[in-house]
Amino acid sequence: MASSLTATELEALACSPYKRDFPLLAAHPELAFLDSAATAQRPAAVLDAQRSFYETMNANPLRGLYRLSVEATQAIADARDHIARFIGALDDAGSPQGNAIVFTRNASEALNLLAHTLPQIVELGPDDEVVISIMEHHSNLIPWQQVCTATGAKLVYLRPDESFCITDAEIKAKIGPHAKIVSVTHVSNVLGVQNNIAAIAARAHEVGALCIADGAQSAPHVSVDIRALGCDFFAFSGHKLGGPLGIGVLWGRPELLDAMPPFLTGGEMIDAVTETDAIWSPVPQKFEAGTQDAAGAFATDACLTYLESLGMESVEQRERLLAAYLCERLQERDYITIVGPAEPTRHISAVSFDVAGIHPHDVASILDMDNVCIRAGHHCAQPLLTYLGWHSTCRASVAFYNDKTDIDRLMDGLDRVWGIFNGSR
Amino acid sequence: MEVASLYNAQFMDHVAHPDYKYELDDPTHEHDGINPSCGDELHLAVRVGDDGRIEEAAYTGHGCAVSMASADMMSDLMVGKTPEEAIALCELFKNMITGDEKDMDKLEEELDEASMLKDVSHMPARVKCAELAWRTLAEMLKSNEAGATTTE
Repeated sequence: MASSLTATELEALACSPYKRDFPLLAAHPELAFLDSAATAQRPAAVLDAQRSFYETMNANPLRGLYRLSVEATQAIADARDHIARFIGALDDAGSPQGNAIVFTRNASEALNLLAHTLPQIVELGPDDEVVISIMEHHSNLIPWQQVCTATGAKLVYLRPDESFCITDAEIKAKIGPHAKIVSVTHVSNVLGVQNNIAAIAARAHEVGALCIADGAQSAPHVSVDIRALGCDFFAFSGHKLGGPLGIGVLWGRPELLDAMPPFLTGGEMIDAVTETDAIWSPVPQKFEAGTQDAAGAFATDACLTYLESLGMESVEQRERLLAAYLCERLQERDYITIVGPAEPTRHISAVSFDVAGIHPHDVASILDMDNVCIRAGHHCAQPLLTYLGWHSTCRASVAFYNDKTDIDRLMDGLDRVWGIFNGSR
Repeated sequence: MEVASLYNAQFMDHVAHPDYKYELDDPTHEHDGINPSCGDELHLAVRVGDDGRIEEAAYTGHGCAVSMASADMMSDLMVGKTPEEAIALCELFKNMITGDEKDMDKLEEELDEASMLKDVSHMPARVKCAELAWRTLAEMLKSNEAGATTTE
């Protein structure tokens, strides 16, 4: 097998030293889990932290005046600071902008928060434009469709060229003087490509628009530095990083978060309430109505500590090699078409593909029999698939805990699928 | 193991050489079915004759092998049935793939070839695929019984 990977690189991918850190993977060595773009597996460090929170510091954060509640409150504050450092959200003095970290249920809720509150401070109208890309996940697409329907603003799509790249020319052409909000995914969950958020944010600011980056697929796989990206908001989900399900993060520029109205209202987000009015708490509490998932925040904190113990750069490096190996192996089969860039090194975790004449659901079902887990369908990116001329695709996605064997098993499974449909079982 | 037995030669024949995947001439009923979880789309058409029985059923669309083979087997089964009998068979099929009806003799007798899809009852992720054509047919015939137009 010809590979652009060196012998040393292949050797490093041969057997994952990380699976033992993940109880589900350790208990199921027969499993080739290649669907981390949907949700990652959780390391023991996260599960232990979740349990430890409930065993040692369980109380309602923010309001209690006893020590347990104070500890729970501190756990959330520490998690905010850690997350801020993780994405490079530091102030001029180099301190983490913990108070610019808003907890949500997931990236979708973070994006919905923006879609509900930003139009009130930028005053969108029929002469204005909201710019997204055609490769958005539905969670960064439908909220803006709704905004445009409600305000009369026009929804404009950035479209990739034949090599799946949103070019500088496209950015300049589509983000024009009428643009008020630009919201683009950092990494595509279908194509695996990384978009040039720095160039998009720079252009957005040049025309006076705000720029949002959807980091759901980038935060788990790429070292994020929001200062280098230059965006005004960055949203991601904890569970795609290996944190618990049900917690998401929105970072925003402090002055913008201050200016925005609240999204959900109720307990824990007010300073004072009268019969007719309420005074909002400062950011981030203003955006966090109701009791927060303190255990989830604590476990997310532990997840970042685990990832940092491995080093995000080595995580990124290993995942690049795994994705490149995956892409190259798929390219060996003439019955497989890659839906995305041909260059193996341009894939961040995910590689979408089509098996000639076989519906992706059948592919995934038959692979499941071999304990190979992949995603099949439109990947919550139906406009992208329609634009590219597909109804659905198969998608395999890797994380650092995968190894060469997982991908080799996918290939054996795909040969079996091909055999079943082409009469050579 | 269910997967291997499902994708057998007889099943694959319906996938590779469908008998009823075409545009029907002069349909009396037409209806679209979609499976939102995977984007499968099915356009189903039947022609009910003067004797009140289904003369011909056919479908077009795109979807996985399970949804397409299921539509093919269903179209074959429905010829000669009254709408009431067809609705009852759709109900029986649904009960088979949800595992609520396990009497194989009854299933084989009434559903004929389509009874081979019983293995889908062990594959929860594929129930919606197998069910698509049957659900679409039942919806179409039921709404027609209620006097509504079924052509979309």
